[in-house]
Formats: sequence, structure tokens, C-alpha cells
Amino acid sequence: MVRLYAAVAAGGFRRYATYRMATAAGVFTNTVFGFVMAYTYSALWDARPRLGGYDQPQALAYVWIGQALFAASALFGGGFEDELIARIRTGDIAIDLYRPVDLQLWWLAGDVGRALFQLIGRGVIPMALGALAFDIALPGSPLTWLAFLLAVFLGFVVSFAVRYLVALSAFWLMDGAGAAQVASLSGMFFTGMLLPLNVFPGLLGEIARALPWSALLQIPADIYLGTHTGWGLVRAYAFQGGWALALLAVGRLLQMVATRRVVVQGG
Amino acid sequence: MGDGLRAYGFIVAMWVRSTLTYRASFAMTVFGSFTATAFDFIAILLMFSHVDALGGYSLGEIAFLYGTTGTAFGLTELLMGSVSRLGHRVRDGTLDTLLVRPVPVLVQVAADRFALRRIGRLAQGLFVLVYALFVIEVHWTPVKVLMVPMMLLSGAAIFAAVFVAGAAFQFVAQDASEVQNAFTYGGNTLLQYPPSIFAKDLVRGVTFVLPLAFVNWVPALYVLDRENPIGLPQWLAFLPPLVAVGCCALAGLAWRAGLRSYRSTGS
Repeated sequence: MVRLYAAVAAGGFRRYATYRMATAAGVFTNTVFGFVMAYTYSALWDARPRLGGYDQPQALAYVWIGQALFAASALFGGGFEDELIARIRTGDIAIDLYRPVDLQLWWLAGDVGRALFQLIGRGVIPMALGALAFDIALPGSPLTWLAFLLAVFLGFVVSFAVRYLVALSAFWLMDGAGAAQVASLSGMFFTGMLLPLNVFPGLLGEIARALPWSALLQIPADIYLGTHTGWGLVRAYAFQGGWALALLAVGRLLQMVATRRVVVQGG
Repeated sequence: MGDGLRAYGFIVAMWVRSTLTYRASFAMTVFGSFTATAFDFIAILLMFSHVDALGGYSLGEIAFLYGTTGTAFGLTELLMGSVSRLGHRVRDGTLDTLLVRPVPVLVQVAADRFALRRIGRLAQGLFVLVYALFVIEVHWTPVKVLMVPMMLLSGAAIFAAVFVAGAAFQFVAQDASEVQNAFTYGGNTLLQYPPSIFAKDLVRGVTFVLPLAFVNWVPALYVLDRENPIGLPQWLAFLPPLVAVGCCALAGLAWRAGLRSYRSTGS
């Protein structure tokens, strides 16, 4: 069983690895946006050093972590929902349900493969270029890198769980575009891709930091920057893991209801 | 020329009719387009909840920069944004259909799947521009007043040239449509912030190599009575129309070269 899902993940990896030009184009675009944002953050932290508890190299590291995770953790959505939505709308989902595999795990495995490729293919180079062009904070020990990568993985699972719910909404709405759009807007705002969530003022900040989207970028970045250590690190992982499990469970529940009650379209 | 515009009008009218068939969906996507764009400005507002000036510019002044580039870009994205889908048509071979119709290919590609929802972005840019015009303290002269519509039109034409040049590039590199985003959306993001916060070499690059600075930076600095960070003389503020004509001519040549090099996939 594990071998099956590993094969699906490998397929997802290879599928995205095929389009080299598209990957290069993505790296280029992420780098350009990273540069623009890095300069705006520089100006902001010049005016207010220590804003949100970050010094300037930390704020700049945050920018490049955001660009590195942008595609891998699908911060604005994307990755597989369109495909799953299309299968639900056309009725092809019936074939998927016949397969002797779990629907949620099948798509999760495929998305793990995609994310792994995009982390390596689209994340590493912008991050390295950012580190060369700007004075960015780098973790002191390899353990911090490991802790960071684990947080990235947990954040990715939360991202997947949210996107899976979005896709399942197509069972009832037929057209998943509206739900996908709402999810994408939430991602833009609440992942902290605009500004770090600890810079958000007052209540807005508290809400933003409690929502699942903060598990995608803010928490991995804070672990990279060494903000969470010891029990703080455990709490951060627990927050990510908690949201991941809760959202996956809701997805599973919806999937059960959908496959029992909803009549699949098609002849 | 006249025939081309008429054909453009017909194709656009067709897509608008088709869009308006699903009114609720249309309203939601306009809202989405408006909101997604507005997040950029909300990020600036959040920054200004911590500082009074960014790179020496007040919120009103930055809103003026944001509004001018946002409106110019919104206009172009609405009218020409579809050209960035050219790569799709090259890949799946449907560009061939456009080649045999008695209408210029560029017109058909520009009107293809005309997305009326993009008025959301245009409206958001205009909204911020109007806000800026209310709050900035400028000693208005007739020349400065005329400068504003001149900036919007020339800026839209410069962005149009970037879109067309990007589309021409997609004849060569079909998968690389994302590279275009770096210059269109990325350029728009860059121009939302004052030139004083960016490295001088970057400002030189977008002045002399890819003349995005003429969309708003150069003329807006004249309106705001600001020094150019790379010491350019003030009379350059009157050049955007000429720059726009030059860019469009070059983009037109690139388009012709691209179209001539097109080889169908045969599918």
C-alpha cells in the first residue's frame, strides 16, 4: 500500500519535472517578485527597525522564504484542485471511486510529489539568489534547517487539506471556481505573503495568526528565524499538526457524505 | 486598422454576452479581481499603520503612484490581457484556426476569451487614484493636470507593448508564459512604490532598458515635485507618449518576427 502511494508521489514529481521551461520561467518570476518585495521590506524596516520583532536581515529572509514556498505550498491555491474539480464535474470521479485506493490519500500522494519537485525546482534557486543579493538571516545550525523543513511539510499538509475541501465543494456546487477563488483570496491575505502576520495590527493580527493559513508560511519562517525553540517549537508543530488533522478529518467526512448522497453527473 | 478594431469589437461583444449569461458567477469574479488587487494596497495601508513615510514618500504620494500604474495597467490588462494565453494556443494547435480567419491575428488573440471581470482591477486602480488626488498636496498647474491623463494613456500603451512582446516570446518558448508575469504584474507592483526605495541600478534598468519608469515614475515625480533618484532632468516627464510609441513599434516588430517563426504542432 505504501509502495502504491510512493509510486503516485513519484508520478506527481516527474509530471512537474517534465516542464523545464515552465519551471525556469517560474524561478525567474519568483525572483523578480522577491527583489521588488525585498526592497519594499528594506524601506519599511529602515523606517521601523525591529518591526514585528524582526531585524532587517530576518525580514528579508522572510521575503525569500515566501518566494521559495510560493509554488511548493501553493500559497495562493492551485496544484491539483482544478483537475479534481473537473473530474467531479464530468463524472470521471466515479472511476476514481472504483479504484481500490483511498481518494484523499491518492491526491495527497500526488500533491506531495508536486510539492517536493517545486520546493527543489522553484524554491532553492530564488532563495539562493536572494541570499546572494541581500543580507538575509541564515540559520546557525543544520538542526534549524531540519526543523524548518519539517514545518514546511506540515504547512504543506494544511495547504493540501484546505485545497481538498475546496475541490470537494464541486460535488454540491458543480462549478468549483467560486470556492477556489475564495480560498485563493484567503491564502493571499492570511498566509502572510503580503506582510508577515506579526506585523498585522491588533485583533486582525491575532485572528490571522490563529487561522490555518498561518501554518503555511508564517510558522515555517519563524522556525527558520529561530523564534520558536524548545517548547515553543513543540507548540508550533502542534498548531500545524492540529489544523492538518482537523482539516483532513473534515475532508474525509465530506468525502463520505459526497460519495453516499450525491449522484455523480454523467451518463 | 478600422476593420481590425471592428473585428475586435465583435469578438469582445461576443465574450461579454457569454460572460453575462452567468450573472452571479460574473459578479463574484469581478469581486475577486477587485479584492485580489486591493490586497496590494491593503499591504501598503498596513505598512503605514507602522510608519509615516516609506522611502521619504507619504501615503498620499504612494497612493498616487499606485493609482496611476494601477489604472494604466488595469486598462491594458482588460483590453489586451488575453494575449498572455497565446502559449496555450500554440501548444494545443488552436492558433491555426486564427491564422485562416480574415482578421489580424493580434486582434483575435487580444480579444480571445475577453475577461470582463478584469474591470475589477481597473476599478480598484481608479479608486486609489481618486483617493490620492483628494489627499495629495500638489500645487496644480494646467500642465500638471494634463500630465495625469497623459500618464494613464501612455502608461497603458507601454504596458500593452510589454504584453505583446511577451506574447511574441511565447511563440519561441511556449511554456514560459510565466516570464511575462514578471514584467507585467511584477512591473506594476514595482511601480506602486517610490523609486527612492530601489537600488539605483534597478531604477536605471527600468528607465533605459525596459522603460517602465515612464509609465508613472518619471511623470509622477514631476507632478509631485520630487527629485529623480538617478538625477534625470525634469523635461523627461514629457516623454512618455514618445516612449510609448517607440515601445509599441518595437513590440509590433517582435510580434511579426514571432508570428513568422510560428510552426504549427500539426495537431
